[in-house]
Amino acid sequence: MAASCWGLPELLCEFPALPNKTLRLMRMGIDNGFRDIVRHYSDQIDAATRPLQWFLNTLENAFTNTPWFVVLAVILGVVWLASRSIKIVIGSAIGMCLIGVFGLWEDTMTTLAMVAVATLIAIALGLPIGILAARSDRFQSVLSPVLDVMQTMPSFVYLIPVVVIFGIGKVPGVIAVVIYAVPPMIRLTNLGIRLVDKEVIEAADAFGASSRQKLWGVQLPLSLPTIMAGVNQTIMMALAMVVVASMVGVGGLGKNVLQAINNQFFTIGFLNGFALVAIAIIFDRASQAFGKRLQKHSEVGHD
Amino acid sequence: MTDSTSNAPENRSGIEIRDLYKIFGPNADRYVDAVKNGMSKDELNDKHNHVLGLQNINLELPPGQISVIMGLSGSGKSTLIRHINGLIMPTAGEILYNGRDVMQMTTDELREFRRHETAMVFQKFALLPHRTVLENTRYGLDIQGIDAAKSNPIARKWIDRVGLSGYEDYYPNQLSGGMQQRVGLARALANDADILLMDEAFSALDPLIRMDMQKVLLDLQAELKKTIVFITHDLDEALRLGDTIAILRDGAVEQVGTGQEIVLHPANDYIAEFVREVNRGRVIRAATVATPLPEGDVALPKLRLKGTTTLELAARKLADKDVRNATVLDKNGRPMGVIDMHTMLTAMVTPAEVDEGDDDLDEEDAA
Ligand SMILES: Nc1ncnc2c1ncn2[C@@H]1O[C@H](COP(=O)(O)OP(=O)(O)O)[C@@H](O)[C@H]1O
Ligand SMILES: [Mg+2]
Repeated sequence: MAASCWGLPELLCEFPALPNKTLRLMRMGIDNGFRDIVRHYSDQIDAATRPLQWFLNTLENAFTNTPWFVVLAVILGVVWLASRSIKIVIGSAIGMCLIGVFGLWEDTMTTLAMVAVATLIAIALGLPIGILAARSDRFQSVLSPVLDVMQTMPSFVYLIPVVVIFGIGKVPGVIAVVIYAVPPMIRLTNLGIRLVDKEVIEAADAFGASSRQKLWGVQLPLSLPTIMAGVNQTIMMALAMVVVASMVGVGGLGKNVLQAINNQFFTIGFLNGFALVAIAIIFDRASQAFGKRLQKHSEVGHD
Repeated sequence: MTDSTSNAPENRSGIEIRDLYKIFGPNADRYVDAVKNGMSKDELNDKHNHVLGLQNINLELPPGQISVIMGLSGSGKSTLIRHINGLIMPTAGEILYNGRDVMQMTTDELREFRRHETAMVFQKFALLPHRTVLENTRYGLDIQGIDAAKSNPIARKWIDRVGLSGYEDYYPNQLSGGMQQRVGLARALANDADILLMDEAFSALDPLIRMDMQKVLLDLQAELKKTIVFITHDLDEALRLGDTIAILRDGAVEQVGTGQEIVLHPANDYIAEFVREVNRGRVIRAATVATPLPEGDVALPKLRLKGTTTLELAARKLADKDVRNATVLDKNGRPMGVIDMHTMLTAMVTPAEVDEGDDDLDEEDAA
């Protein structure tokens, strides 16, 4: 090896790494320590994730056990309420029917339940964190790099600690999806609040608004379109991550894709892939149309 | 909450600003003494990277009057008006209202002070875009925790007073600039606060709309007698609205006085330059340039004018009646002097030479 190094001494040729033995000890130390902690607290971890498990099962049962036409009607109703656009509703109906025709209805329901739970949790976590970040420059400066790492880290890597701590199954899957999907929610909530017109905030101050009155009466309503963009992105990322999370035992469309990869089932892979795309488009159009509708008061031009 | 509008101005407190200094920057306190000892704005900026916002401000803003603060862009007007409701805290000095120093108030006291004692109108309106005209107008009342059943009638009343009846359910973006500022005014008035702070409230409006709004304000003020602090960079607006005018330059007060005092006796070249283009005929009053009554038993001119008549109006009356001179009355209706066409024209076109003694402006009531 050293010969290929223009005859340089070893130290300059190969990067001086820590000795293999040290590295191995280090790895084992961290991994074992981690595992011991997890074992020690396994009861608490179980208890903590039980509500999540319950939530997930309830929603999944609701989606899969309800007759398909009821679910379809509810979905289309929600899409209509959000978008108020007959075009989007018809598109959604066609998409959902195709999914059913190709025998993917049940798997799609499982995935929908999963994405719904993950998105709700991501919003519940992301919104308050985003608000805090908007209020404190210091918190924002700590948070930003963390979010950067979360978004750049390959999504598969999240699965490792999640599996170590929570094991295999739906719940760890949801947790991984939430971790992956929450950054845009935090970022856009923070951004939305920071972009609210300074003059309007000043007016609220001048009339003696408390910080709570400012938050609920001014900052959140005015940043809602941006926050909705965050929700939209969070849903999209959750959908993408659901496929990856099937590696740790999440069922639904993602699992089919994974099996198709392993067995080279070309058609199954694509059908499931298209089903995911169809849901993604439905979610995307509906939530974007909703976001647009929220901005209506700022669109009307004056004479 | 006191129903301050029913109090006569004499019984109310004005706003008193004492030895106010404001320096922007992280170590403002460190440079106050240097500024007090004469360090200039430029020096503070160049050497220490701090901005001198206000220096040595001493002002009395009397109750029930419109006090105008005028100055060019960057002279510190917005900074000064924001001290009155504590949106900006001073580096040194006091802002007294009803014997209380705004600077010493706790956060809660300050919030209550803003809710009940002050209201503000903004240059760019600063309406809440997601609220309708009605909801915007009652915003201050919402903040006070008054429920809609009570606040809606109040809001409707003020919407009506500013001439926006029928627009209650519009959103701000559906309205023109002038209408939006009427909402801004209604929102401030609905608060029933004694102090009304207006930061270049009409500067963003077209000239004609602006004149309209000035009239709306003057009409309302004739009835409400609020303590108004009005900021403008426009001398004509200042002269039209201001009972007193303070001129600000580089964060310092250059001159305080009535419009007439400032036009007739500019304190320095800077202000002289400022007032040069003013239409004097609309500012100077007959009493100011009248010559004393002739000695002895001479017949006085038949045409009688109030001392507060502007020269422009006086000239028109003389022309209408086709006479050369008129008797000027004091505020009790007794003759106090004589005025003729020649004196008036001289006063209107060139800086008038007036004796201090004739200058009994203080006694005149706002015409
Ligand atoms: N927050 C701030 N930080 C630093 N400088 C400021 C700040 N606010 C105002 N200034 C400076 O103070 C001066 C007066 O500003 P301002 O009161 O807005 O003037 P005006 O309203 O008369 O145009 C300007 O030089 C401005 O740059
Ligand atoms: Mg300003």
